[in-house]
Amino acid sequence: MPQTMSELTGPVFGRDAVGPLDHDLTQQHDAEPLGERIIVTGRVLDEDGRPIRHTLVELWQANAAGRYAHAIDRHDAPLDPNFSGCGRALTDEEGRYRFVTIKPGAYPWTNHQNAWRPAHIHFSLFGDAFLTRLVTQMYFPGDPLLPFDPVLNGIPDDAARERLVSTFDWDTTMPEHALGYRFDMVLRGRNATPWEK
Amino acid sequence: MIGTGSQTVGPFFHVGLCTLFNDKLVDARFAGPLITIRGRVLDGDGAGVADAMVEIWQADPTGEYATSERHDGFSGFGRVPTGADGSFQFTTTRPGRVAGPDGKLQAPHIVVAIFMRGLLRHLNSRIYFPDGAGNSEDLVLSLVEPGRRDTLTAREVAPGAFEWDVRLQGESETVFFDF
Repeated sequence: MPQTMSELTGPVFGRDAVGPLDHDLTQQHDAEPLGERIIVTGRVLDEDGRPIRHTLVELWQANAAGRYAHAIDRHDAPLDPNFSGCGRALTDEEGRYRFVTIKPGAYPWTNHQNAWRPAHIHFSLFGDAFLTRLVTQMYFPGDPLLPFDPVLNGIPDDAARERLVSTFDWDTTMPEHALGYRFDMVLRGRNATPWEK
Repeated sequence: MIGTGSQTVGPFFHVGLCTLFNDKLVDARFAGPLITIRGRVLDGDGAGVADAMVEIWQADPTGEYATSERHDGFSGFGRVPTGADGSFQFTTTRPGRVAGPDGKLQAPHIVVAIFMRGLLRHLNSRIYFPDGAGNSEDLVLSLVEPGRRDTLTAREVAPGAFEWDVRLQGESETVFFDF
């Protein structure tokens, strides 16, 4: 269908939308959460490679044991009182975002016999327009569960799947503190071919 | 560059998305008549989907969209999780007409995104109003076969109270759009 003003505009969230500790999931409680501390950074870009500035990035994930702080998660792994698993950040002038968190654990689900989701972090983005709205998942390099995951493999294209796997990054790895992972996201553009389903 | 692939929102989205849960697109500062829009997200068997999320975005009654500089209490954006029976409700104001790409005014409408477990990508739809000015010549409605246009039109069940259901599958499946 044609893109109209209704799709080419969207909610804008100002600096007051994000609190000072919203990007650091290891500092939101009295003590640090258990698990492997990691730093997740990346850029949010449009299809021409231009940065998407000051856009809200929402994130959620399981704790290090593979358990979500959610009432309907029945996995019998321990909750962590020091980990909520919710992060929020705004991109900067270069479209960059940065989160500090812990590496989520794999967890079982009932999709098929002995089904396990690979470790992943959920991302939600708005971009500049309702049209560019994206919800996706970031995975970790070398995870042995990736080839078996029906969610990741719901994307038929090899290259598109690989882009959901973050890369280990020495540049953002902090000595004696945390490993860095890089995950860039490209929001679909305003020039996609229109069609009606 | 190719866009990053979408992945399902999953069953645990409350953890990360609840900060923006808000069923009111206007606050106390907003001066103008309000309406409610309520409905249910229904699966192919007509059962409510208890763990979906509905987002809406719309213009104000004059056809203007909210911006970060606006401080009149109109946000234009709502996000709610569905209830146990698949229900959702928003309090807002009637949108005005905004221009389409051909320069002609579109009929008043609200754009909708529906997210749920099992959906690789969210669904896009629109809510129109039964007495909306310009419904008969609306650019987007005219792309939809006449027999299915009612899936995009809310019912006014009381003055200012509208109902609009999302049918994910089946004979009266809601019209979903891709761009």
